[in-house]
Amino acid sequence: MTSVRRRRVFAAAATGAALALVLTACGGNDDPEPGATGDGDGGDADCAAYEQYGDLSGKTVTVYTSIVSPEDQPHIDSYKPFEECTGATISYEGSKEFEAQLLVRLEAGSAPDIAYIPQPGLLQTIVQDYPDTIVPASEGTSANVDEFFSPSWKTYGSVDGTFYAAPLGANVKSFVWYSPKQFEANGYDIPETWDDLIALSDKIVADHGADGAKPWCAGIGSGDATGWPATDWLEDMVLRTAGGDVYDKWITNDVKFNDPQIATALEKVGEILRNPDYVNGGLGDVSSIAATTFQDGGLPILAEDGKDPLCYMHRQASFYAANWPAGTNVAEDGDVFAFYFPGLDAGTRPVLGGGEFVAAFSDRPEVAAFQAFLASPEWANAKAVSTPNGGWVSANSGLDPKNLVSPIDQLSATILGDTTQEFRFDASDLMPAAVGAGSFWTQMTAWIAEGKSDADVLDAIQASWP
Amino acid sequence: MDWLLHADTTGEKLVLMVVAVLMFVAVMGLILFATDRIRSLPPWVVGVIFVTPVVLALGFGLVYPAIETIKESFYDRSGAFVGLDNYVAAFTRDEFQVVLRNTAVWVVVVPLASTAIGLLYAVLVDRARFEKFAKTLIFLPMAISLVGASIIWKFVYAYRPVLEGVPAENQPNQIGLLNQMLVWFGLEPQQWLINSPANTYFLIVVMVWIQAGFAMTILAAAIRAIPTDIVEAARLDGLGGTRMFRYITVPSIRPALVVVITTIAMATLKVFDIVRTMTGGNFNTSVVSYEFYRQSFVQRNTGLGAALAVILFVLVIPIVVYNVRQMRRAEEIR
Repeated sequence: MTSVRRRRVFAAAATGAALALVLTACGGNDDPEPGATGDGDGGDADCAAYEQYGDLSGKTVTVYTSIVSPEDQPHIDSYKPFEECTGATISYEGSKEFEAQLLVRLEAGSAPDIAYIPQPGLLQTIVQDYPDTIVPASEGTSANVDEFFSPSWKTYGSVDGTFYAAPLGANVKSFVWYSPKQFEANGYDIPETWDDLIALSDKIVADHGADGAKPWCAGIGSGDATGWPATDWLEDMVLRTAGGDVYDKWITNDVKFNDPQIATALEKVGEILRNPDYVNGGLGDVSSIAATTFQDGGLPILAEDGKDPLCYMHRQASFYAANWPAGTNVAEDGDVFAFYFPGLDAGTRPVLGGGEFVAAFSDRPEVAAFQAFLASPEWANAKAVSTPNGGWVSANSGLDPKNLVSPIDQLSATILGDTTQEFRFDASDLMPAAVGAGSFWTQMTAWIAEGKSDADVLDAIQASWP
Repeated sequence: MDWLLHADTTGEKLVLMVVAVLMFVAVMGLILFATDRIRSLPPWVVGVIFVTPVVLALGFGLVYPAIETIKESFYDRSGAFVGLDNYVAAFTRDEFQVVLRNTAVWVVVVPLASTAIGLLYAVLVDRARFEKFAKTLIFLPMAISLVGASIIWKFVYAYRPVLEGVPAENQPNQIGLLNQMLVWFGLEPQQWLINSPANTYFLIVVMVWIQAGFAMTILAAAIRAIPTDIVEAARLDGLGGTRMFRYITVPSIRPALVVVITTIAMATLKVFDIVRTMTGGNFNTSVVSYEFYRQSFVQRNTGLGAALAVILFVLVIPIVVYNVRQMRRAEEIR
């Protein structure tokens, strides 16, 4: 009996030792925080702008976002001046399941301090369903946004007149990617109007159709968000055929999905996306658009040396810059670049875009300070500097364009800063989730993959409006 | 004492390790000591001690959420009571009818196909020369996660067009195994995952690929366990080949067959990973378990999501009941 018991104690001890080893191994050596203790006043003149936040040594702010590798590292790097000057620690967590998981965390009472919300519609859901978790934007944040952002950006971060979330990054979606080299070699000009665009497409069919190339390539696959690039097409087109006022009413469903004005826009999108002569260069027929991931959708524009490309144009947002293979020269005279997706005539130049918004779920001073910092020009410039490969811009007017190194980011910043161009936020991101993250995606996918008729698609989306 | 929570140096970590070991030994010692003491308690107290944690865990982790889910299924997303509206929507709306149809196809095809393939394989390789190797081969997919398997098969099904009138060197590279085979035979490559309703069957292949190994393992063991005297007696009576299979093998392993079919049927009802990874529920391939997630967490239709979860729950119940009754009957015979 005693021997049995002794053996048990040994077994317990051995298990315990193993467990402890595992735990300590998991703990890892924490890198000493740069300047976490007493380094803040090390004669660093740059810290002047950070004095307003006070001394936050030993405080931690948790950030939860949808931005994952490789785009997360520039974000983490951009917090360094804040961490060094205030002594606070920023703990960054990115998740591909962000949209679903954030709500689960709010429901469970384990909200992050700060979340980057990519859809104003989601912000509305949070304010309506979990009003006790989210806190209105801090005073410093509000002041920064008033000073450095246009009023419309502030409204995207507001719900029922209360300002919650400050704009962070921005992107321009009204872009058509093309190969400047190929356009030059073939003598193609950048189209200025919709008719030019169609004429160019026809010309490409005539020139290269016999070699199997098509003017357009596209991909709308994106896991369970499949279909969103197609919704962007329709949004861009509604802006062009019906205008900004109808667009705003469409978001609130005062203009219905099966309204003739929306139907006209969808028909125009179909002139390209469902035209078997125009798509899907190098990737297959019309339905292959649904099976191609959006990341792969534009790659046939690049041709191997000595070969002709299988595709010439790809409509996708500025952030598509990150998807070109390493070594691709993204510039006006390089391998690929983007031109503005033209309007019906050269005079109307609406812009479709998107962005993320910083919401706070705690009113601790360090959280308020960090939220204000993210809305400041200091952060926007730090982020631009820490993103040498491009693919990021902000609507912050304090952002120095010189800090943006990539030509496509410079172009995006110019378009975002141009007040003569009517800017509209991505409509599906503003609609209720049942439509904007549901039927709008799935029905546009069915429109492509199954050839469902325009009327059926629009009726089905309208029927699902909550 | 800050180092207890944030051990930085190796020395601190070693001390921390010793502390952790001591704490673990203390707790385990206490438990072992207590179990020795338990023997002197009346049996009903022992029973209560052992049953309480299980009852609490089941109550808190299973019964309570189940009741909450059922309750939620009668409310809409704004929290208003809507009676059976969510269920009506789940059974009448076109898109959910497709979901229910697909679920039915899955739950019929996967268990039957996996079991049939597993059984056939088990019989064929039983006592064959390469038995171990052959069994490993079909058992290996079991070790791959459903998501991993889905990604593998996504590559198998990958589609690139064959362009007409274009020389071979300018053709896009076929990256999918299945379509490359078609091209070798001079056929047109197909979009396996897009064309409904066939695409559901191409997803089912993935599940069968995984579950056939499970069926084969259990059934092979059951076949081995058939008493040799029965087999010999049957053989002396002139039974052989397919009739041996029909009249001796299958009846002898019937309990194992039931377990395999019902287990696979339950796993199939819960299939989520394959649908999500391969099609995202698009192209008419969604199933109840995936649509429930989509409605609850992506579209925030919590009531409708809960209703779908309840439907799934109701669908599983008969299989579980049948399984339990079969096991009870098998025990009675024994």
